Amino acid sequence: MGAIGATRAEAEVGKTEMKVTTTGTQPAPEAAAAADGRPAKTLETRQVNLFYGDFHAVEDVTLKVEPNKVTALIGSSGCGKTTFLRSLNRMHELTTGARVEGEITLDGQDIYGRGVDPVQVRRLVGMVFQSPNPFPTMSIYDNVAAGLNLNAGRVKKNEKDAIVERSLRGAHLWSEVKDRLDKPGSSLSGGQQQRLCIARAIAVEPEVLLMDEPCSALDPVATLAIEDLIGELKSKFTIAIVTHNMQQASRASDITAFFNLEETGKPGRLIEIGPTEKIFTSPAQQATEDYVSGRFG
Amino acid sequence: MEARADTTTNAGQLLAAASGGRRQWGDRIFSNFSVAAAVTILALLAGVATFLLIQAAPAITASSSELPGGKSLIDYIAPLAFGTVLAATIAVILAVPLAVAVALFISHIAPKRLLLPLGYMVDLLAAIPSIVYGLWGIFVLGPAAVGPMKWLEQKLGFIPFFQGPASVTGRTMLVAGLVLTVMILPIVSAVAREVFSQTPRKLQEGALALGATRWEMLRMTVLPFGKSSIISGAMLGLGRALGETMAVTIILSVSGIVTFNLISQANPSTIAANIALDFPESTGLAINTLIASGLVLFAITLVTNLAARAIIARQNIQ
Amino acid sequence: MNPTLESGVLPDWSPYGVVAGSAVLAAALLLAAGAFSVALLLVFTVLVAMVVTYTWSRRVEGPRRAKDRLITLTIVAAFGLALIPLLSLIFEVAKRGIPGLSLEFLTEDARGQIGGGGAAHALVGTLVITGVAALISIPVGLMAAIYLTEYGGGRLGRALTFFVDVMTGIPSIVAGLFAYALFALFLGPGIRLGVMGSVALSVLMIPIVIRTSEEVLKIVPNHLREASYALGTPKWRTITKVVLPTAFAGLITGMMIAVARIIGETAPLLVTTGVVDSINSNPLSGRMQNLAVYAYSEYRTPGVFKQASYDRAWAAALTLIVIVMVLNLVARLIYRRYRTEIR
Repeated sequence: MGAIGATRAEAEVGKTEMKVTTTGTQPAPEAAAAADGRPAKTLETRQVNLFYGDFHAVEDVTLKVEPNKVTALIGSSGCGKTTFLRSLNRMHELTTGARVEGEITLDGQDIYGRGVDPVQVRRLVGMVFQSPNPFPTMSIYDNVAAGLNLNAGRVKKNEKDAIVERSLRGAHLWSEVKDRLDKPGSSLSGGQQQRLCIARAIAVEPEVLLMDEPCSALDPVATLAIEDLIGELKSKFTIAIVTHNMQQASRASDITAFFNLEETGKPGRLIEIGPTEKIFTSPAQQATEDYVSGRFG
Repeated sequence: MEARADTTTNAGQLLAAASGGRRQWGDRIFSNFSVAAAVTILALLAGVATFLLIQAAPAITASSSELPGGKSLIDYIAPLAFGTVLAATIAVILAVPLAVAVALFISHIAPKRLLLPLGYMVDLLAAIPSIVYGLWGIFVLGPAAVGPMKWLEQKLGFIPFFQGPASVTGRTMLVAGLVLTVMILPIVSAVAREVFSQTPRKLQEGALALGATRWEMLRMTVLPFGKSSIISGAMLGLGRALGETMAVTIILSVSGIVTFNLISQANPSTIAANIALDFPESTGLAINTLIASGLVLFAITLVTNLAARAIIARQNIQ
Repeated sequence: MNPTLESGVLPDWSPYGVVAGSAVLAAALLLAAGAFSVALLLVFTVLVAMVVTYTWSRRVEGPRRAKDRLITLTIVAAFGLALIPLLSLIFEVAKRGIPGLSLEFLTEDARGQIGGGGAAHALVGTLVITGVAALISIPVGLMAAIYLTEYGGGRLGRALTFFVDVMTGIPSIVAGLFAYALFALFLGPGIRLGVMGSVALSVLMIPIVIRTSEEVLKIVPNHLREASYALGTPKWRTITKVVLPTAFAGLITGMMIAVARIIGETAPLLVTTGVVDSINSNPLSGRMQNLAVYAYSEYRTPGVFKQASYDRAWAAALTLIVIVMVLNLVARLIYRRYRTEIR
């Protein structure tokens, strides 16, 4: 914990003005029960192989995404981290010819089971994308409520208002937009748009939140704001985040999984997974050590 | 000899300067030609308006008694304009929802590899000459529509559109409107298809990742994204339907009355059909009158097309 | 709150099964009511399938999924509906046109023929009128497109782009009236000439040539032009030796598409070139007729043997469709085969 804390302090030194809510209290990594009493879920994969047609993209991944923790997936580009992430909420199969082999379970239930509707899976496993994608024709309010309008049938207006406010607060965006909820979602800055997308994702109360390089399109101030947000969100959700940025992984995650390719054309594989501190200070595999010390990637 | 000199050296620069005279001359001629072409086209367009005006003028200034039918120019043109707009409106109302559905089918529902061939099939409808549509309308669709029109008269005859008595030949405004629908369907569909397939993937995936079904995703992202394009496509189709001649000329059995009754033997004519029918045998002031009506048609389609372009322009700015 | 993921799902064969079952049910109903017809069968199959799909899916999968299936079915049905006219057109034109096709049709004109004769004059007329129109439109259109892409905009360019947009919306009969008005001014009313038709068609063709050429010329990458300038080549030679050859296939395609568009035009020719019985290959003298006008006049003023005239009208229509489709197809093939791959 100390190493991570030090890195964070260094990062903060250079900032003159930051609107980051530093609560100072990082939730203890062992807290398994969520703040509102809802048990968070475990997402587990066993020997998952992913294909695009004949091309073998990801080979034999077995790992667990632990509840109430942030798991970072790191590795150089092209090694299949995003492909793997997208298989966790059944987005991978949207590409023509894409195929999944192996087992992926959410709290023990196979999400690729015979009678399972991918639409249901995606409600339970939410996703935030690399480049913010608020719906441009909808207002901020309607963006946050978008998932609700789909899933919950007739929600009463005041209930909806409460959920929207709660989600925007949860995404640290409420104070900035509470007076312009009816403005279009695209009228916000990049960092705000991404927080809007996070609010939208958490409004439907998923079990798991997947994030695909959520800060890569943002400036450093916005990035740190989102990282702090992630730290808070893990008390309620299970979080998996793909990131290119090693510093981000070491700052913001509890568990790190390192993916790598032997050579181009070969499938990506999970090399090592473990507590973040261990991965970054004393990894078991040579390849991991090489990557985190910047020798490649 | 072409100056292929290396202009980085002094010698090269001298050489280049030496043949500069000829180069300039060739360039000037060529560019003059292309400017001339551009100006010609503008002149052409100005010419269209001008010459039409010149030839229409006698009819505009003539008194009612001299004009065919003995009515004033406005009384002559108004029923034709009515028929033109009526037929075109039917076509747009029917074609737009159908075109949107076809575009959605091709862009999002059919297997990806069928995208091009299916698009080609629908675009084929646009390549068929209007005379062929006219013949098809009167010999095939008309007779086939007689039964349904009778049914419409029986069941829905209280609505003014279906008052009847239903024509037994099928040469009605409804059939003409249906043929126009088929003719403008590919236009609206092509515009819609273009914009639907350009909806950013991240928007569509954002909706799906929230747990939307495919239709919900289409409704939340693709359709709103394409809204202005659909509208401008509809207006382009409207412009086409307003100006269509042969199909309407052949199909409609014309009596000149102004009516909303779509299924009877007595129909208003359209400006274009009226010209096509009367022009070959007309002389004197009748010709000027027809040209005046053509001018009105030109104005109507001009306004429609300009509005469509304005909508597209606004969409691009956003 | 522990939602299970498993919920009902309709079997994979259900869409096809429902449609097939609905067809059977619809057929049975219609036969029982004594009102069977193919059209009614299709309509009722779709209606029954919609009801069955929605209720079945709703029970097993839930309302949202049911709505998704219902709308998907509606969209597929709409596409089918849109295909029906296309298929009917092609089928009917072929069915009715083939009997009229004969050697006589292709080689003889209608002069002095009572109840017989062919369309040779119309074929010649089509070639001449369209050929002259292309002769006028292609140089003018191409040069204007070159002006727009190579010499930039400025006020003239912007005005031109705007007005080309306007020109694409001119009704074809108005184009015909313009050509008539133009010639009548100098040659008096009642004049009918082949070249008048060509002028009318040019008004329609030029915007198409400009639009398609402009698109293709824009695709030629700038670094090709710059490489040429860097060698000291003057602008006009760059255009003729580098830009045009690179865009060649696309330009040809655009021209063929423009020709295909106007080759079947009737309205503008009704008011300019008139109707005639014999072959006339001189655009500058006398009336001329193209295939489309021929089809129209055979229908409108059939000879003594009505059916024979109608047959000829359909044969002309068939010929037109074949020509148009061949032109479109060849245009696309040329583009695919000969276009310069730009790396």
